[in-house]
Amino acid sequence: MMSTATRSRPLTAPSPHAPAAGGARRRSRTRTRLELTFLLAPALVLFVGFVLVPIAVAAYYSLYSWNGFGPLTDFVGLDNYVDALSGDVFQSAIGHNLIIVALTIIVQLPLSIGLALLLNRKLRGRTFLRMVVFAPYVLSEAVTAVIWLLILQPGGFVDEVLRGVGLGWFVRQWLADPKIVLYTLFVVITWKYIGFGVILLLAGLQGVPAELREAAALDGAGPWQATRHVVLPLLGPTIRVWIFLAVIGSLQLFDLVWIMTLGGPANASTTMVTYLTDHGFKRYEFGFGSAVAVILFIICFTFALLYQRFALRRDTDGALTRAVN
Amino acid sequence: MRSVQKLSVALAATATLLLAACSGSGGDASANGPVTLTWWHNRTTEPMKSIWQGIADDFHKSHPDVSFTIEPIQNEQFQTKVPLALQGNTPPDIFQQWGGGSLNSQLSSGKLADITQASSSWIGPLGQSAQGWQVKGKQYGVPYQMHAVGFWYRKDLFSQAGVTSPPSTLDELNAAVAKLKAANLVPIAVGGKDRWPDAFYFNYFAIRQCSVDALKKAVEKTELTDPCFTKAGENLKAFLDTKPFQEGFVGTPAQQGAGSSAGMLATGKAAMELQGDWNPDVMQSLSEDKQLDSKIGWFPFPSVPGGQGDPKAVLGGGDGFSCTSRAAKACADFLGYLVGEEVQKKLAATGSGLPVHPAAVASLKTETHKQIAEYTAKTPHLQFYLDIAMPTNVGQALNDAIANFFAGQGGPDTIVQSVTKAAAGNK
Repeated sequence: MMSTATRSRPLTAPSPHAPAAGGARRRSRTRTRLELTFLLAPALVLFVGFVLVPIAVAAYYSLYSWNGFGPLTDFVGLDNYVDALSGDVFQSAIGHNLIIVALTIIVQLPLSIGLALLLNRKLRGRTFLRMVVFAPYVLSEAVTAVIWLLILQPGGFVDEVLRGVGLGWFVRQWLADPKIVLYTLFVVITWKYIGFGVILLLAGLQGVPAELREAAALDGAGPWQATRHVVLPLLGPTIRVWIFLAVIGSLQLFDLVWIMTLGGPANASTTMVTYLTDHGFKRYEFGFGSAVAVILFIICFTFALLYQRFALRRDTDGALTRAVN
Repeated sequence: MRSVQKLSVALAATATLLLAACSGSGGDASANGPVTLTWWHNRTTEPMKSIWQGIADDFHKSHPDVSFTIEPIQNEQFQTKVPLALQGNTPPDIFQQWGGGSLNSQLSSGKLADITQASSSWIGPLGQSAQGWQVKGKQYGVPYQMHAVGFWYRKDLFSQAGVTSPPSTLDELNAAVAKLKAANLVPIAVGGKDRWPDAFYFNYFAIRQCSVDALKKAVEKTELTDPCFTKAGENLKAFLDTKPFQEGFVGTPAQQGAGSSAGMLATGKAAMELQGDWNPDVMQSLSEDKQLDSKIGWFPFPSVPGGQGDPKAVLGGGDGFSCTSRAAKACADFLGYLVGEEVQKKLAATGSGLPVHPAAVASLKTETHKQIAEYTAKTPHLQFYLDIAMPTNVGQALNDAIANFFAGQGGPDTIVQSVTKAAAGNK
């Protein structure tokens, strides 16, 4: 992007007095270079040091059987990757992540859009309601997890409320039943992250011109038609960005699960990252853990690239994907 | 060209940053002369935090050449911090050490100090407690307090259900469970979410079933192939089939909140829990009951008929410290001071664990702890928790297999195979 900008400048700036302009050009080029160095260097150093180098180092470790102590001597090639991908627990962990991804898009997205449309209307106490919806997002995941761990315990708040309203038959072992623990966690995730989607979509809704809706109404469109054919298409970019963030977040799900279930019972709620933590740090299998981390990275990176290429492209065209001539 | 220049600028800056970060102090402290010991311990809360500080201050007074930089570190962080520190150039001089398989793994860093010589003059009174901190006959650390696992029970609930005396055999335990159930009480609470409390049961059934030789060989060879371990698993299965635990126990945490297994015992919602000697402190923190101590009793894991194990063998472990080689001499002297009579009495009075020095047992806070300490001191065999005794990856795989077994997955053979599989490097 930057290099495009600097390259295009001479073309767009005609120079009537060649020698003088050449001097100015040289000066401005030096200046640009200095600016680039000063503005980009700090971020670049941090990015290289804390993102690229660790990824490279993890990829290197992942080729060894290594317990974290002493030199790397036991080279095992791709064995760690084969072990991870052929293991039942890791396969089910990937499955759990995919279930969360699917549920997030199927459940959270319509819910967020509905709430955002509702909260975008003029209604009494709107600011307060918006705050209520957004509040859980402000909590840290650890705090959220501890709160829900307590209210979901057997005979806890949730059970008592259900019994109180005559839904006692619905009470389950929310975190102890391997069949439902993942869905319990999904409810908590939804509670925590719905506010983020709503705020994002509310911001998107501010960008929908009122005139368009008025015009649609004048043409005889009902509220549903106006929403369906005018508002939602214009929300497209926001929704696509939300899906991107939600999928990446679901793939990297960790804190909530680790605190509430440790991936249990019997691995029923293990995610890729809890599996990685379990093996890397609890079992001191750092080589193997690194391999899992690299697999996770590849999955996320591939998704990000494909999504950028096929879904986000029209939103970001000209800004990220193609040079402006 | 321009981008190459940019990249080189960035790389140069990165390199400078990394170099600056890596050039820590590499000073080498000789045996003589003033030395400052960096000490990592896991007591981040009062009163123990100040007690450790006081003990360091006292040692500094009698040994003016030795000063301390104390860094209390949250317990769980040791898992990640110690490997990193031992991999780096400036590891702490003294750090928390639970012995067994993780100590063995840490040895390959080459940074741990062999204190066999330095400890020979004072390690005698520790007896078999010190064994968990040995590898191939060499001492790489010492415990400053021990732990033992047994049944904690509510005296009031026992009498409510008509259980007159603490069970001493498995049959009596089963009978007590039946009586408590008949009285509509939860017989036993277990913190299944955390997995290690489940493991206590398999460990104890193994200790009762297997001879001391079989146990030692299992740890040495990292395999549970002796048939006694399968039998232990079957005994455990039979015990689980009596459904002695609270509902949903596989999701219950061990120590967090009133709904945890310790909380259930503290609030009288369950009658028993198989837990370590630290349980009263945990229970007290979860209960408003000031009379709690008097309502709680302790009995050892009951004897199991037909086993070759010693009915008086105890499952336990301990908290200790290891030294790294930079200041090994001063560090070992300090550890000798920690396990000496004077400090041991001070530590015993805090009630945070069982003293390693027999003379300090009398200083324990409660009668129950004295009972546990005396029972443990007389035991013919103190079995280290199997997950700690074995290499870390194997121990965790074993605990996972046991926890899955509690959740209804797999059988005795899966537990046995989990160790063989993990030891062979399979996931």
